[in-house]
Amino acid sequence: MKFSGFKVVKEALTGHKGWTPLWRNPEPKPAYDIVIVGGGGHGLAAAYYLAKTFGKLNIAVLEKGWIGSGNAGRNTTIIRSNYLLPGNQPFYEFSMKLWENLEQDTNFNSMVSQRGIINLIHSDGQRDAYRRRGNAMMISDAGARLLSREQLKDMVPFLNFDNARFPIKGGLMQTRAGTARHDGVVWGYARGADMHGVDIIQNCEVTGFKIEDGRVLGLETSRGFIGAKKVGVSVAGSSSRVMAKAGMRLPIESHVLQAFVSEGLKPTIPGVITFGAGHFYVSQSDKGGLVFGGDIDGYNSYAQRGNLPVVEDVVEGGMALMPMIGRARLLRGWGGLLDMSMDGSPIIDKTHIDGLYLNAGWCYGGFKATPASGYAFAHLLATDTPHETATAFRMDRFNRGYVIDEKGVGAQPNLH
Amino acid sequence: MLIPHPLLGLRDSQEFTYLGDAALMNRPDPATPDAEAVFCDYVFLRDNPAGVHRELWFHEQGDRSWLVVTRDTTTHEILGAELASDVKGAAK
Repeated sequence: MKFSGFKVVKEALTGHKGWTPLWRNPEPKPAYDIVIVGGGGHGLAAAYYLAKTFGKLNIAVLEKGWIGSGNAGRNTTIIRSNYLLPGNQPFYEFSMKLWENLEQDTNFNSMVSQRGIINLIHSDGQRDAYRRRGNAMMISDAGARLLSREQLKDMVPFLNFDNARFPIKGGLMQTRAGTARHDGVVWGYARGADMHGVDIIQNCEVTGFKIEDGRVLGLETSRGFIGAKKVGVSVAGSSSRVMAKAGMRLPIESHVLQAFVSEGLKPTIPGVITFGAGHFYVSQSDKGGLVFGGDIDGYNSYAQRGNLPVVEDVVEGGMALMPMIGRARLLRGWGGLLDMSMDGSPIIDKTHIDGLYLNAGWCYGGFKATPASGYAFAHLLATDTPHETATAFRMDRFNRGYVIDEKGVGAQPNLH
Repeated sequence: MLIPHPLLGLRDSQEFTYLGDAALMNRPDPATPDAEAVFCDYVFLRDNPAGVHRELWFHEQGDRSWLVVTRDTTTHEILGAELASDVKGAAK
C-alpha cells in the first residue's frame, strides 16, 4: 500500500475502508540469514537498508516489547550534524542527508522539519570554540552560521540576553538541523522493512546466544530458538546486558537521561535552542508542547526514570534562559536509558565472535543518528566492511588509543 | 536518593559526586608483562549490571570521604554504604 495524496482523498470518499496494517505480525521462522536484535529506530533502519539498499533476503528484527518502545520513544527528536571531530562529523552529516530524503525514500511522513538549531555563546572563548566547530561543519558540507547577539535578538527575542552569569553574546546555527517525529521514524522504517520482506517479531526477548567454535549460530528467545547466520545487536541502553549473554564486557555504562514536555502552547520557539552552559535545551513540538531537557542524572541506572535534583537543575536552566517558561505548566517528564560509552562516541563494529556484530554506545545522541546508524550497520552486516563514514567507530579504538572524545573528559562516562 | 553515610547518617546524594564501579579501586599491577592489556580493561571496560551494583561516591560537599555504596540500578534502592578505606583495608 503506497501512500499518496490521491490515496488519502480516495479513502476519505470511500469510508476509510481501504487502509491496511503498516506491517505484518509474523511468527518467527526457525532460522534467518540475518537477525537484528532490537526493534528501535536503529535496528529497524538497519533491517530496512539491508533489505532495500543491500538487497538482502531472509531478515528478522527481534524486539522484546513493541517496536519503538525504548529510546526511540523517549528522546527529544532533534536531528543535527554539528559535531567537531573528523571521526564523527562526516557520519552525522551523512545522517542529515538521509534525513532530508527520508520521507521520499520510505514513503512515510516522518515529519522531518528543518527548523534550525542554535547553540548559544556566552564568552569569547566559547565563540572561538564554536567558530572552529562551524568550520569543521562546513568542511563536511553541513553548513554553519555564526550569529551575533543582535541577529539573535531578532530571531529569539524572548531569551534573557543579560543573565548575570551567562549573558548571550552570539550563537552557532545549523539551519539544516531540526526535529522529526520519533515514532513516525520508527513506523516509516518498520513499514519499509516489512514491505521488503523483513519479519518484525515483537514480544520476543533474546535470552541467550548459541555460540560454537567462536561462531554465532542463533539466538535463544522467549519465543524459542531462532537460527541465524549473522546477528546484529542494536539495543542501545541495554547493550551491556545483552552482550553479557555472549560473554562480552563493553566500554559502556548505562545511565538515565530525563526529558520533559509542557502543555501545548501557540508557536513560540522557532527551532532548537541549546544553552549548554546552563544544562538546558528546548524546542517546540508540532503539537505545541515545549520539549526540553538537560544533563544525565550521572549514576548507573536501568530504571528508565530519574530523580528530582536533575528536574530542578533543568528547570533552573530554563528559567535562566527564557523566564517566560515559568508560565508554562509541565505536562510530562520521563527517563530513558543511555549507553554512555567511554569516549562519548558510538560503536559500530564486528565482535571477536564470528557472525556477531554490535551497534551500541550512542550516549544521549542516538536519535539524530538513526538513518546513518542503520545504514552503516547494514553496510557492515552485508559487506563485512565499515561504511566510509563509520570507520572510526571501532571497538578496539580504546586499546589502540584512537578514542573519539568530543568533550575531552576521558573514560568517565557520566561527564560526556 | 539518600545515602546512609557510615559516619554522618543519611545524606542527600546531591552532596556527592559519582565515579563508577567500585572495581576501580582494584588498580592492576603495572609491573606485570601483560600490564598494558590489563590496564585497558581496567580503564575502559565495565560490568554495568542491571541490579545490585557496588559503586564509588565521593562526599565532596561533606567530609570528603570516598564511600562504596551498594545500590540497585533497576530501582535506585540503596542497600548500604561503607567507607572505601574500610573496604580497601578489609581486602588486604
